[in-house]
Amino acid sequence: MAAIALPNTFSGTRSVFRVCPVTTFKVDLAAERLIIVNAVTAIVALLLGGIYALLIGLTRWPDVHLLSAPWFYRLLTAHGMNMLVFWMVFFEVAGLYFGGNALLNARLVGVKLAWVAYALMLGGAILVNVIIMMGRADVMFSAYPPLKADPLFYVGYILFAVGAILACCIFLATLVMAKVEGRYEGSMPLAVFGLLTAAIIALFTLLSGAVALIPTLLWSLGIGNVDPGAYRVTFWGFGHSAQQVNLSAMIAIWYTLATLTVGAKPVNEKLSRFAFFLYILFINLGSMHHLLTDPGLGTAAKFFNTSYAMYLAVLGSLIHAFSIPAAIETAMRKKGYNKGLFGWLLNAPWKEPGFSALMFSLFIFGFIGGPTGVVLGAGQLSLLAHNTWRITGHFHATVVGGTTLAFMGFAYYVLPLVFRRPLFAKKIAQWQPWVYGIGLIILSISMTLAGTLGAPRRHWDVTFSNVTIPVQVQPLMNLMLTFSGIGAVIAATGGAMFIIVAVGSLLFSPKRDPKALSPLEA
Amino acid sequence: MAIYPPERIWWKPLGREERLWVTVAALWCFFMFFMLIGWYFLGAQNLPTRAQRITTAQYKSLADQFVEANKVGEENGVPIVHPQPGTDIYLVAKQWQWTPILELENNKTYTLHVSSLDVQHGLSIQPINLNLQIFPGYDYMITITPNKAGNYSLWCNEFCSIGHHLMTGKIVVK
Ligand code: HEM
Ligand SMILES: [Cu+2]
Ligand SMILES: [Cu+2]
Repeated sequence: MAAIALPNTFSGTRSVFRVCPVTTFKVDLAAERLIIVNAVTAIVALLLGGIYALLIGLTRWPDVHLLSAPWFYRLLTAHGMNMLVFWMVFFEVAGLYFGGNALLNARLVGVKLAWVAYALMLGGAILVNVIIMMGRADVMFSAYPPLKADPLFYVGYILFAVGAILACCIFLATLVMAKVEGRYEGSMPLAVFGLLTAAIIALFTLLSGAVALIPTLLWSLGIGNVDPGAYRVTFWGFGHSAQQVNLSAMIAIWYTLATLTVGAKPVNEKLSRFAFFLYILFINLGSMHHLLTDPGLGTAAKFFNTSYAMYLAVLGSLIHAFSIPAAIETAMRKKGYNKGLFGWLLNAPWKEPGFSALMFSLFIFGFIGGPTGVVLGAGQLSLLAHNTWRITGHFHATVVGGTTLAFMGFAYYVLPLVFRRPLFAKKIAQWQPWVYGIGLIILSISMTLAGTLGAPRRHWDVTFSNVTIPVQVQPLMNLMLTFSGIGAVIAATGGAMFIIVAVGSLLFSPKRDPKALSPLEA
Repeated sequence: MAIYPPERIWWKPLGREERLWVTVAALWCFFMFFMLIGWYFLGAQNLPTRAQRITTAQYKSLADQFVEANKVGEENGVPIVHPQPGTDIYLVAKQWQWTPILELENNKTYTLHVSSLDVQHGLSIQPINLNLQIFPGYDYMITITPNKAGNYSLWCNEFCSIGHHLMTGKIVVK
């Protein structure tokens, strides 16, 4: 297997490529190194966030009630940051470099800048983690003013966002250059189109985050003031839109996994691309549903956002919900699995972790996360759910059972390709999506039910011992909290299994055929 | 093959099943859209949308006056008030107490004002599970008509610093 060096059109430099023996894609080695460091950093964040998940999960299990109140709130803040922000975004940046370079046989534009982006993100992430652990930012990832954190917390957050903006720009430049240099024929692959959707939404998202956090940083230094309502508008312009980035990336990965595992082909490229396009246009309006119960927004704003345009983004999701299973079915039937209505599903490669991760992700997102989200976006229902554990139940079925699990499935393919090592402990990998998926189904459903009974989110003591005015708690709530504790333990086990496979592949798997793969320097 | 460029001409017409699905999905989305507009008029309980800016000092003094004028007792140091039906009533959110305890009359309408004296809080009224975000600097005005007598527990469901789980309160409907 040879590596090749291709001259770059607009600069005197040369990029060194290798040809992947498995996929035959030409991979820019500079991009490959960045994919590896971003993915590995993401997995470290997932490990930290996962340890905290177990600890806070065990604290909210009433009979266990593990942590003290300060540590519960501290680790909950750290869980939110490491999972929702650092794990997701580092992995997405790795995904962007993979899609923009490997899938297009293209070279990475601005290699040095890409390292600067990584350094900014890493520095920001470390700073945030350190400040939280020092107990100087017990404010949750949403950091609503006037609750104040150490200025360095906001600095870290902003550095991370700036790095991520830079990475998105590099991805966009890479796409443009790939087109200009003719690295691929015709239109870009659907998966890359999905990643492009994610990157476009990400730019808006991260800018909104900067608009929220920069004045807050200044305020924490004693300069000016921050309006709590304006902060929430801009913060959720970041916080929720980031979920649309995750969504688009996840769907791009769904299509990719369907291709890799059963050879599925998008049923209709036009329709799938149109559905992504709907996201770009409409999905950001979804951010407003975080604000439905806020004071300060008028009737018109609440009215518009509870209904109208959100459904056009939902239409996009409904299209993908058809296209992906249909593509899988068509591919399976083509292979001859034609028996009955569901013969194709029963005979699918369920032992393949990429496939079971895809199916669990589709199921959990499609039947729990997505629908609960649409329901919660309705104003009158938001009133019944705002800040209860129903919300936490909802997003553990979207961003965890959906996105994180899809990313894990994707990692089972990408890590061996970029590490150039076989997957470690295949048996563990085989069961991992099942354990993680089932744990999350239990966790998110019981969180949802507890929330329906009033269980508050971000809360250390739902038995309300020690309060001045005693309150009544619905008896069933305790049972639901117990179930969620059990779900958390199962899900955390699944998370640990993923970490073992991923880290083990890097550390313990033998490098594949090193001689054949050594790049030919040009 | 989602990871390879598609064939040169990929803007093909939709197949029969696809057309059917997209039509059904789009109709459903439109139905939901009109449903939600309709519900805004049909629903008995809507999102409150009235609020005005107020300084925390102003709000505190309004609430203090309200408590002084209507106080009928105390529970564990928290004042209990019994305001006249039809009037403006004040609930204060502060670290870490909802105060005062409100005694309301069944089937009477009040304008409930809620605001915070420090950070953001989450007003959670149980067991009916009504939840609102409360800011400092904003006087949230909510028209309420209690329609069932009993004790309603209040707690806080927005993280409001380390004593968040200690923050409770009460509304009594008689
Ligand atoms: C092993 C898997 C996981 C378990 C058992 C778990 C469990 C929990 C628990 C118990 C809470 C506390 C909720 C509360 O007290 O209000 C929580 C909050 C949260 N989790 Fe997870 N989680 C897991 C994975 C993830 C992942 C992968 C993500 C993101 C990608 C995530 C994102 C969040 C967020 C954003 C919060 C809210 C934090 C806040 O309210 O500030 N979780 N999780
Ligand atoms: Cu509070
Ligand atoms: Cu609170």
